[in-house]
Order: sequence, then structure tokens, then C-alpha cells
Amino acid sequence: MRRMTLSAAVPAALIALAGPAAAEPLAWNFNAEQFEFRTGDEDLLAWSADFTAGYDDLKVLIRSEAEYGLEESAFEKLETQARLATPIADFWDATAGIMVSTPEGPDRVYGVVGFHGLAPQWFEVDADAYLSDKPFLRAEVDYEALITNRVILTPSIEATLPLVDDAGIDRGGFAPIVEVGARLSYDLVDRLVSPYVGVHYERAFGESGDRRRASGGARDALFFVAGTKILF
Amino acid sequence: MSFNATLRALALAPVLGLPAATAFAGDYALTIDPVRVETADFSRMGVGFNGSTEPTVLRFQEGEEVTIRVTNNLSEQSSVHWHGIILPPDQDGVPGISFPGIKPGETFTYRFPIEQAGTYWFHSHSHFQEPDGAYGAIVIEPTTREPYRYDRDYVVQVADAHPHRGERIWRNLKASPDYYNREQRTLMDLLSDASEKGLGTALADRAAWGDMRMMPTDVEDVQGFTPVLNGKDTAGNWTGVFEPGQRVRLRLINSSAMTFFDVRIPGLKMTVVAADGLDVQPVTVDELRLAVAETYDVIVRPTRAEAYPILFESMGRTAMVRGTLAPEGQVGAAPEVPPLRPSPLLTMADMGMMHGMDHGDMVHGNMGGGDMGGGSMAGMDHAGHVMPDGSTMAGAAHDENASSAAEKAMGDMTDGMAAGGGAGHVMPDGSTMAGDAHAGHAMPAGGHVMPDGTTMAGAAHASDPFYAPGSGLTPTAADGGKFLSYADLKAAAPLFPDREATREVELRLTGNMERYIWSINGVKYEDAPPLRLQYGERVRFKFVNETMMTHPMHLHGMWTILDTGSGQYDPIKHTVSIAPGTTVYTETEVDAPGEWAFHCHLSYHMAGGMFRKVIVEGGPRASAAPAAPAHSHSHGG
Repeated sequence: MRRMTLSAAVPAALIALAGPAAAEPLAWNFNAEQFEFRTGDEDLLAWSADFTAGYDDLKVLIRSEAEYGLEESAFEKLETQARLATPIADFWDATAGIMVSTPEGPDRVYGVVGFHGLAPQWFEVDADAYLSDKPFLRAEVDYEALITNRVILTPSIEATLPLVDDAGIDRGGFAPIVEVGARLSYDLVDRLVSPYVGVHYERAFGESGDRRRASGGARDALFFVAGTKILF
Repeated sequence: MSFNATLRALALAPVLGLPAATAFAGDYALTIDPVRVETADFSRMGVGFNGSTEPTVLRFQEGEEVTIRVTNNLSEQSSVHWHGIILPPDQDGVPGISFPGIKPGETFTYRFPIEQAGTYWFHSHSHFQEPDGAYGAIVIEPTTREPYRYDRDYVVQVADAHPHRGERIWRNLKASPDYYNREQRTLMDLLSDASEKGLGTALADRAAWGDMRMMPTDVEDVQGFTPVLNGKDTAGNWTGVFEPGQRVRLRLINSSAMTFFDVRIPGLKMTVVAADGLDVQPVTVDELRLAVAETYDVIVRPTRAEAYPILFESMGRTAMVRGTLAPEGQVGAAPEVPPLRPSPLLTMADMGMMHGMDHGDMVHGNMGGGDMGGGSMAGMDHAGHVMPDGSTMAGAAHDENASSAAEKAMGDMTDGMAAGGGAGHVMPDGSTMAGDAHAGHAMPAGGHVMPDGTTMAGAAHASDPFYAPGSGLTPTAADGGKFLSYADLKAAAPLFPDREATREVELRLTGNMERYIWSINGVKYEDAPPLRLQYGERVRFKFVNETMMTHPMHLHGMWTILDTGSGQYDPIKHTVSIAPGTTVYTETEVDAPGEWAFHCHLSYHMAGGMFRKVIVEGGPRASAAPAAPAHSHSHGG
């Protein structure tokens, strides 16, 4: 009996080495939803990009969001995040990780927890809480409207709500900063390269707006943008 | 002599005809190589057998003991699976189940007896090598004369060659499941819908699909491919030669990763003589649907000295390839390629709105109208998605359904009937549908009893019991005439005694399109225990397709008897296509001990988890070491 078990065990072990017959293949992608030149009262280079890798049950997400002032040659915004994401419902993932903000001026480090997913009627939603002694909430909603199967209009809105004052980075408690945009893209090469033009408007309300003005900026800014989406 | 042994002997008898004897043996060699895939649309590196993008054809004899040395010249593990061949489990070629796979630079020697005849194929079962081009054909000459005659014999193997390699397609689908869907409904479509039906209806229909976060255009996951016949695109023009009056046998094989093809030869009737390798009672059709991994043998008889196009048009109508049948003097002729037909749209019937209409019941003729009411929403937990309130959605989608069903599924009905009949297909209230279900059942017999009691002849091709009533996918022949249905297939020579199944196993085909996870009973392969079957039992599989896609399900190692209601003449297959919103029954005589694969044959659905390991417990080899000699194993088929 024991001999039989052993002789069966050797091929079984060899097969096990080959891995499961249909082991879930690793999936990864690089997705830059914005990579653009912004022109208005000032000129900026801006991007928002995710690198994701993993499996259905657990993914690693690296996110970079930036605004680089071309006149002062300095980052007005530079946020880098590393998160883990796991499904909590059919259309929703929970995420948690860390965000470091390292623009020109004071740096900040936050823990971040949130969720992202697809709401009914195809609204893509991100909602996150950034935790530190100066916490804030941020939510973003995108929608892709297909004009044709290649010409796509993407309206978006992002709202940042500081929960306390953070004067060092021009934020007032419960004084939100809102960005709205609309980008008209064309899928030039598959969905790999999709150039677009659009508008981007940003406004800081209340105390946040006041602090921006006090440091020589404006409460709001309107930009025309040109750039490309990249999905690889 | 045990019951099982008796069963096996009975099962073997009709196949072999004569007492089995290993009369001769053949040696074959295959290499798996990196090759460049070239079409008019793209050029990329891929995988091919024997260094070629033209599929290798292995020709065996029934009764032969084959030895096939397979050398892997790739830089990653590889394998060869002999699709549809009944053989010992350690020769089946599935890494992780049958054997460890073939390492780069190594040669693996397969040895198994050939106990069947007909048209089959082979492909890599590793990574995404099959979508990258690693497929070939198997033709097995029978020992006894076939019950049909032919003068010419061609393999016609179709595949959906894609400009992206499989690994990249996989990544893109995981990142964005609609990455390759360029048939999505747009603002332009909304405007045209609004002008046809009114803005309110058009918006309500959009809202119904949007609420589910699903798309009625989700017929082909992966578009943008260039179909090829025997490795050649339309410009390459694969050509089979004939002399007028000759009978030409075409061995149609679909080796696509993801694409179903509708096959027709305008000007010629096709007589289907075999399905998945095994002879069927001949049935003459104008067009047939070749599911992924299926084979059909058809015989055509061109009488005029002219070139005929062989058209393979994808089910989603996004691509077509043309080959040619040309008389001796006209080789090089390139018959005109017709335009693609309009793309089908899925309907709420395909979404499982009509799950109460149980197809198994339909084909057995005991469908009751009373089944309809409560069951009609059973499929609404499709993919475990959050679904809207059933009645609201059904109401919202109703007009759209009526219209598209009337256009698509009922398109061939004569004018007087079209409106009423079409609407009847999709009424969400049980009464009207029930009448139609009976009509669908009656159709294979040729009659169509309309809900109002009138009978309409000639509508048989507008319905098919293997599609949900009102489905947007129900095929109709391009130029009118007969479109093959599974219901038309009858085994020429049953392999197994007809007996009651000993057990029923329900397999719900499930998925989460947005995550591109595909599963069985809501559980993907990685999380699922093996499916355990007992040697000697006859299992009845109940497939309930709760997704909106069509799944060609393939069981390795054992035959699949497709229940079409033909009793002992039910056709015997290796791959059975399950349309959205339908329930299909198959039965399997569990006669092959060991471990086997069982999966959806769409490459990226398989990778996404619609896969099970099957373990057949008990039987003559259960306690032997897996490396036992191949010839000790000679089960049915």
C-alpha cells in the first residue's frame, strides 16, 4: 500500500510543479487617464496615471498624479500612492495604502482607505479618505460617453474636502476644492493611445480659496487642455 | 464480468466493428515553434506547429497505435492536447492535470491507441499558445466504409488570428472588459433609436442596460481579429479544387480562441454527415454555426464549372474570411465577398429573463405554460450582479425587445405574422411566452403554431430550441433556407446503450463581465474543488447559462451525449455550445478513470476561471500508478 502511494506521489508531485491547469494568469496594466498640457493664466503639464498588477482577489495599485508649472519649473501637485485593492462587491473594490505628497513646499504623508468601482449607468467612482493629523476626503466621478465607438467624451468631477485647516498647503477646514473637466478623445491606436482636447476648471471655495489668493494664486482657474490617454 | 466491463464492451462494439487488434503502429513527430503570423492586416510573432502558420494535419488510421514525439522549441512550457480523442488520462496533454507539460527544448513522447474515426484537432493547452496559433487538424480513416461517398477531401480549419498576442489580450480584457468591443451602442445609436421609437423608450432601454452595467452588444468579447482558413486570410484565398459533379468533403474545424463562425457556400447546399468527428444522419442545410472547438464534416456537390466562395462570417458580424472551391482550370479565382450582415443585439431573453423557459423541458415536450410566471426572473441573479427590480426593467426593455426580436429572430417570417409573432416572443408576462415556447418546440418538426392558434409553415429557420425564445442570437440563413440546429443532429450509430442517467449535476455558467471573471456555479477554477464522478455512472449535466455570452463547453476524456430529445439517437459530441438564457442537458457515460479537464473553450473564459478538474473515481485503473501503459486502457468511443 505504501509503495503504491509513493509511486503515485512522484508523478503527482511533478504535475503539481507545473501549476494548476488554468492558474489565473497575472494581469497588469498601465492606465494614464490624463497626460496633458494645460494652458490658461499659467501653463502646466499634468498627469493622472495608475499602474495595476495582480489577481482577482488582490491587486497592487501605484498611482501618480501631478501638476508641473512650466513657468516656475516646479510641481504644484505631486502625489504618489501605493495601495492594495480587493473586491468587496461585484462592481466595487476596497483599497488601502499610503499617499505621499511632495510638491514644491511642505510635504505630507497620509494613510488612505477608500473604494472604487462602477456605479449603475456606467459611472466610474473613486471615494477615499486620506488620514493623518490633517485628514481630507476626496471623491471623483468619471463617465465615458460614446459619441461613436472611437470618439469618446469624458466628463469628470473631483472634489477634495479638507476636514481640518492645513494652512501650509492652503487648505481650510470644510472648504472644498473642486475640479471639473470634459475631454473629447479619439482612440487612435486601439485604446493604447487616445489623444484628446478639452477643458479643465478648478475652484477652491471658502477658506481654501482665500488662502490661495493670499499666497498669490487665484480662487479658480480655467484651462484648455490637450493630451492623450494611454492604456497598456 | 462486472456491469462496468459489460458496459464498456457494449460501448466499444459499434465503434470498432471488429474485435480490437493493434494491427499496426505509426510514428509521428511535431515541433512547437515560434512563427511569424502574417495577414493583410498585421504581422506579429506567434506559435505554430512544424514551423508553419498553415495548420499541420495528422492522418491516423482507426485501430492504429500512434507514437507522437512532440518537441517544444518555445522559451516557455508547452503541451499538446488531442481534442476529442478518447485516450488514457496521462496522454491528454493538459499541464497540471494530465502531465507536467513539456519544458523548453524538451521532447515528450505521446503513445495511445486510436479507437475512433473522423475529424478532430489538436492544440497547445499551455499559456495563450493556442490563440497565438498553436493548432492543427487530425483526420482518422475508419476501418469500415463510411456511409457516404466523396471524391475530394479537404480540411478547412478556421481561426481568429489577432494582431495582439494572447497574453496582451488577456491583460487588456482584465483592465477594460470592453477593450475590444467596437460595436458598443453610441450616442448616434441613441439618436436613431429615439427617432424610431421615441426618446422616452430609447432612454428607458439604455437605462435598463446601464442599470445592470451590461451591454446588449456583448456578442464578441474580442474583436479586431483577422479570420484565417488553413492559415490564410481572404487575400491568401485558401482554395479547394474540384471537378464539376464531384462530391467534396469539407472537414470544418473551428480553432478560434473566441469566435463562433457562421459558414455558408452561396450556391451550394451542405450535407452535414458528421459532428465533432462522429457520423450523424445526413442533414442538408444552407448554413451552419461552428462553435469554438466544434467540427462538422459536410459534403457539397458543385455541378457547374464555376468558383464558389466558402464564407466564414463571425457570429457578431465583425469579420469574415472567404476561401474558394474552384474547378481545376480556375484555381486563383477569388469570388466576391458579400458585405457583413448587421450585428446582432442581445435581448433581455439572452439576459436570462426567460429562465423559466427550461429548454430541457422544451425538447422533451412537457413544457407547461404554468411554468412561466415565477420562473421568468430566475436568471436575474446573473453573475451575482445587483439587478434592478425585475418588473421595472422588464417593462422598460420590453419595446426594444419586441422590436429587435422581430427584426433578428423572426426576420424571415412573412409580413402578416411578423409583428404579432415577434412581440409574442418577448412578452414578460407568462401567457404569451408560453404559447411561443410550444411553437419553438414544435419547430424542428416543421410546424409553427402561433399563439393565436394558426399554423405557419416555413418558419422553422426563424427559431431554434437551443436559443432562448426572443434571443438576438438565433441564426437565420443568409439567403433564406435552412440553418442547422443542434435539434437536427441525430447520431448515425449510437456509441452507448440508451439508459436513464444515474445522477444529475447542475452546472450554472456564471461570470462577472466587469471583472472578466468566468465561473461555474459562481466559483472560478482556482477556488473550486474538483468535480468528482464515479466510474460506471451515467451523469446528466444540466447546463444553465446565466451569462450573456455563449459558452462552448468541452469535457476531456469522455464523450458528451447532447440531449436533443432524440433518445438513443441523441448526437454525441466533445463540445457543446450553450447559448445565453438557455438550459441544455447532456449525458456522459463515465467510462474513463483518472483526472480530466472540463471547461469553456473560449480561451479567455477558460483563463478567467470557467474550468473544472474532473476526477473519475473507481474503475479498473483507479489504484494503478498513473504511468501505466496506454494500451491497457480501451474504454468506449
